[in-house]
Amino acid sequence: MAEELKLFRTWSSRYSLRVVNALKIKGLEYETILEDLQNKSASLLEYNPTHKKVPVLVHNGKPICESLLILEYIDETWKQHPLLPQDPYLKAMARFWAKFGDDKVLPSIWSVFISQGQEQEEAIALAAGNLKFLEELLKGKKFFGGETIGYLDLAFGWMANLISILEEIVDLKLVDRKIFPLLSEWMNSFSDDPVIKECWPPRNKMVEKFKAMREPYLKELHETEVMQFSLSS
Amino acid sequence: MGSEEVKVIGSCVSPFAARTMIAFNIKCIEYELIEENILNKSDLLLKSNPIYKKIPVLIHGQRPICESLVILQYIDEVWASGPPILPSDPYDRAIARFWAAYIDDKFFAVQVAILKAGGEEGQKAAAVEKATQVLVVLEDAFTKCSKGRKFFGGDRIGYLDIALGSFLLWVRVIHKMCGVSLIYECKTPKLFQWAQHFSADAAVQDVLPETDKLLEFAQVFVAKLRKPSG
Repeated sequence: MAEELKLFRTWSSRYSLRVVNALKIKGLEYETILEDLQNKSASLLEYNPTHKKVPVLVHNGKPICESLLILEYIDETWKQHPLLPQDPYLKAMARFWAKFGDDKVLPSIWSVFISQGQEQEEAIALAAGNLKFLEELLKGKKFFGGETIGYLDLAFGWMANLISILEEIVDLKLVDRKIFPLLSEWMNSFSDDPVIKECWPPRNKMVEKFKAMREPYLKELHETEVMQFSLSS
Repeated sequence: MGSEEVKVIGSCVSPFAARTMIAFNIKCIEYELIEENILNKSDLLLKSNPIYKKIPVLIHGQRPICESLVILQYIDEVWASGPPILPSDPYDRAIARFWAAYIDDKFFAVQVAILKAGGEEGQKAAAVEKATQVLVVLEDAFTKCSKGRKFFGGDRIGYLDIALGSFLLWVRVIHKMCGVSLIYECKTPKLFQWAQHFSADAAVQDVLPETDKLLEFAQVFVAKLRKPSG
């Protein structure tokens, strides 16, 4: 039976991008179904009734959800260009750090993006603490996966794209080359990889999108300041 | 690699630590249990798991591995000659991992919410409703995964059985402390039966302590939960 692969995703979803990159690395052909999250398709809701989210990979009619799980599925089904290490300990470390990335690093960077003043200072310190772990992980390596891009690089890949966009919007340096030389270098190497490069979503569209996402938080802060000013005067 | 020293920093009160211990029982692997007092964390724990500072931590030949689901997969891969924990088919593995992540994401949080609610009947009812919804979803997952057999993993307990089954301990505690039956026959009949089979399994028996033993700890834990912070 011919393999049928479909990927439900959005143009900008950083989780979907992991799967796009993985499929590209493995040299797999697939059909893309672009979703509008404000108006989800019946198919998406049928394939992911639990979370109703992208990405969903459908392989010969069978759906797999959750981006990191999809990466493992792809790696276990198609053996060329392995994404995860063979060694069980290194595999465990990759899984552990990927989860750390999603559970801690991403939320801490997001907090910096949506906060201001004292709150932002504290958020920056927390984010920097998290990033230090990643800097350590890169010691002696070009990629988190070693010589070539692997599972953990794909898990962290959103950073190579999104961080500079967030930095531009808030006018702050989060990954300073002097403090995070290895991480900065990794972000360049990852972005410059020909497989990764051609999958990036358009930067100007991303800047526009994230500026709009930040607006409500700025508005909230402005209203609080206005209230405080009127209370004190 | 499988013959190196195996230690588990854990506790019989922790469902997450229980997962590790059940897995080693399945694989018939001896390990040293370093009992941790989670209300007063040891230097060893803080050194072995500096990121999350939580149990369980598996220390295999001096190297720590953290996060219970990561540990389960590690055990399965290192001691591959023993009975398998994850299914062999990549799709079945993806499904097992998906539901295990769902359980950690949803089920644990609602159990804590029920305990925290205490006498606040409105809050408790809301948390119980959420827990029921989660369990109804898992009942359906069980039908699909088990394909008519006793466990999520088929004829033997596997990854997903361990992921959910480790919480049965706290399901019983909630029953005793809050008078709430989360897994009951008329709502989720298959899970009700599954729970009995799971608890009776040889790999599980000596890991889940008697509910009464846990109650003392549970009372201290819940008191801390309900304490207003700051």
